[in-house]
Amino acid sequence: MASPIEVLSWVMILSGSVFVIIGGVGLLRLPDFYTRIHAAGITDTLGSWLILIGLMLHEGFTLGAAKLAMLLFFLLATSPLSSHALAKAAYLRGLDPLQGRDLTDRHEVDDSA
Amino acid sequence: MTGVFAAATAAILVCMGLTLTRSIAGPTVFDRILAVNSFGTKTVLLIALIGYLSGRPDFLDLALVYALMNFIGTIAAMKFTRFGDLAGMEDEDSEELY
Repeated sequence: MASPIEVLSWVMILSGSVFVIIGGVGLLRLPDFYTRIHAAGITDTLGSWLILIGLMLHEGFTLGAAKLAMLLFFLLATSPLSSHALAKAAYLRGLDPLQGRDLTDRHEVDDSA
Repeated sequence: MTGVFAAATAAILVCMGLTLTRSIAGPTVFDRILAVNSFGTKTVLLIALIGYLSGRPDFLDLALVYALMNFIGTIAAMKFTRFGDLAGMEDEDSEELY
């Protein structure tokens, strides 16, 4: 019988995988660049944090857990920063966000608003 | 436990395929940069998971190096698409940054 820490580790790794899949499908299917940043942010933050914390629980207090904590810190510092810099670069370059009620069909968006 | 690692690895591989599709099909260059950045993050997770799947957690060192390289690469690609040059904004007739 597995210990509760092991079960918690499985749950966190599998739910992190679910978030990674959600982010990938969103990155492929969402209609606009700014909405795709939102989908990729799910993968970069929640999915990777859940998977890495699950691996840390599996590892215990070892050197590997310290390396995983460093990896978690790097992803925590760099992923939101690169998402923000990318959105700001696209906006300053003049890429307009998609606006309107029906975001799934960009040909019917009314530009007069 | 191996089954959990294998399932997570398979999920990340599927998601890397989706991300690669977006990086090839993306209409603007920012879509491509975003997809490549997300692909690099998933590569870090994949290296860590494969290390545990094959019983060699030393792969975490490779994952650490890859995480740092991925961030620098994204920033460099963004700067290159904005200025056409990695040296920066000495050019007088380039656009205002702020």
